[in-house]
Amino acid sequence: MVARQIRAGYREREVLRGVDVTAHAGELVALIGPNGAGKSTLLRVLGGLLRPSSGSVTIDGLDVMSLDRRSIARHVAVVPQVFETLFPFTVREIVALGRTSRLGPLGTLGSDDARAVARALDDIGATDLAERRIDRVSGGERQRAVLAMALAQEAGVLLLDEPTAHLDPAHQRATLARVATLARVRGIAVVAVLHDLNLAAAFASRVVLLADGAVVRDGDVKGVITAELVAKVFGAGLRVVAHDGRPFVIPEPATALERHARAG
Amino acid sequence: MRTVTVFALLVVALALSAAAGILVGAVAIAPGDVLSALLGADNTNGTIIRELRLPRVLGAALVGGALAAAGALLQGMLRNPLADPFVTGTSAGASLGAVLAVALGFEPALVPLAAFVGATVAIALVWRLARLGGRTTVLTVLLAGVVLTSFAGALVTLVLVSSDRLALRLRAVLGWLQGGISVINWNELAVAAVVVAVGVVGALLLAPRIDAYAFGEETAAALGVDLDRTTAAVLATTALLTGAAVAIAGLIGFVGLVIPHALRFLLGATHRRLIVASIPAGAVALVLADLGARTALAPAELPVGVITGLVGAPFFLALLVRSRRVIA
Repeated sequence: MVARQIRAGYREREVLRGVDVTAHAGELVALIGPNGAGKSTLLRVLGGLLRPSSGSVTIDGLDVMSLDRRSIARHVAVVPQVFETLFPFTVREIVALGRTSRLGPLGTLGSDDARAVARALDDIGATDLAERRIDRVSGGERQRAVLAMALAQEAGVLLLDEPTAHLDPAHQRATLARVATLARVRGIAVVAVLHDLNLAAAFASRVVLLADGAVVRDGDVKGVITAELVAKVFGAGLRVVAHDGRPFVIPEPATALERHARAG
Repeated sequence: MRTVTVFALLVVALALSAAAGILVGAVAIAPGDVLSALLGADNTNGTIIRELRLPRVLGAALVGGALAAAGALLQGMLRNPLADPFVTGTSAGASLGAVLAVALGFEPALVPLAAFVGATVAIALVWRLARLGGRTTVLTVLLAGVVLTSFAGALVTLVLVSSDRLALRLRAVLGWLQGGISVINWNELAVAAVVVAVGVVGALLLAPRIDAYAFGEETAAALGVDLDRTTAAVLATTALLTGAAVAIAGLIGFVGLVIPHALRFLLGATHRRLIVASIPAGAVALVLADLGARTALAPAELPVGVITGLVGAPFFLALLVRSRRVIA
């Protein structure tokens, strides 16, 4: 997947100001950057959900903007950030939603689809959950169901918007480990918006740092998560240390000045 | 297994309630005579059964099934367990269309069409109004529905009092508006049945794509749903089902809301199964409600909307209280 010179925004506000991103099969690209940098907007453009004012997104040379929704969904899967539903779908029914773009003319699913659903459940280790109700499983299990739904799309590109947002640290790690493995084994190009720089450092094959709607740096973990760039983009109060050959970002305790300001 | 049981029970319930609806009425007719009347006996009983009770039971079943299917569609697309044709103002729009058609002297067969047009305008307006803030919430849909229902109601009253044609039959028209399956003949029934059949086929074809709305519109789009086309198709199908129902039976609340909601607990959330089950369940509910309306204060007759309102409104309130967490 190649995105070139993307400019996009909402009404008068331009959020992305000429962004280039690429993601190759088998790689997990982490999109990092402060709030408001344009990460989620970029993900929406890559998924064909927001039309950019200029620039292009291509997958295997195919222009995403020229495709209809159904065709886009066969090439790009998006894992939603919100996965709450009021309705008592089973996990298997949720995963089957991933086959929406392959529904027959009468809206039916065939045996290929059933196989894809079973495989997605298996890949994500959620086969045991298949018949449980989505509103009765834990947050981590629901997130796995949604991930399996996206896998069932059998798209070459997988986009994730803060996939670890509502999970505890163990589930955060498990989720990204699973995604990184699937990317490698199945040859999927994964682009994930990550807030946690340490998770990005642990699992990303490449990191794209966004600020103010532009790419600040695009490269390997050690080249992007540096003391200099973190201080420049995120501001003061974050220390970057090297450990086990990769960078760790550690929040500093409040300084005497900050404590004083808050007390006053 | 549970699905099979529920469907079997629904079929049995439909048969029993239809039998009760035909057997019971203002004139006592022995079951044996009812049977011979159904088989074509040429006497007063035959006329009562074939021209009054049978079309009335079929009409109630048609209306109940159509409203429940429309409710299932709307709830799924709006991700709102409190939506139905009545609370969204769709029924009110349909009633305005129907009243206008009668006031202007249209052919009776055109009344369902006028009701469909009224329902379409109403639901399109509600959809627009509810999206003013950028996203639809349960509450904005209900508010838009309230506004539209009052407005259409005021216009209906205005047409009623200013039309000479309607003034002569004010009592009959008011009875119909309150949800009365009073006057129905085989022709009207046939027209409505065709319209409902088209609506049901549309609803079943749309159902799998409505499932994809489970996590919201953006996710539905990401899954490959063409939002604009699907939304338009769902709204049009809802208007079709509602228009046919209102043309026969006026404003009947809560059947479209309660039936799909209750069935979802029994059968799960996928919309094709839900709609298929909602049709007989809605039919049973309205046939029984109509039976109640005919017998509760016999020989006087209540509009069936009174019964569904008395039963449905408390249910709606209970739902509202239970789902306060999600309404905003």
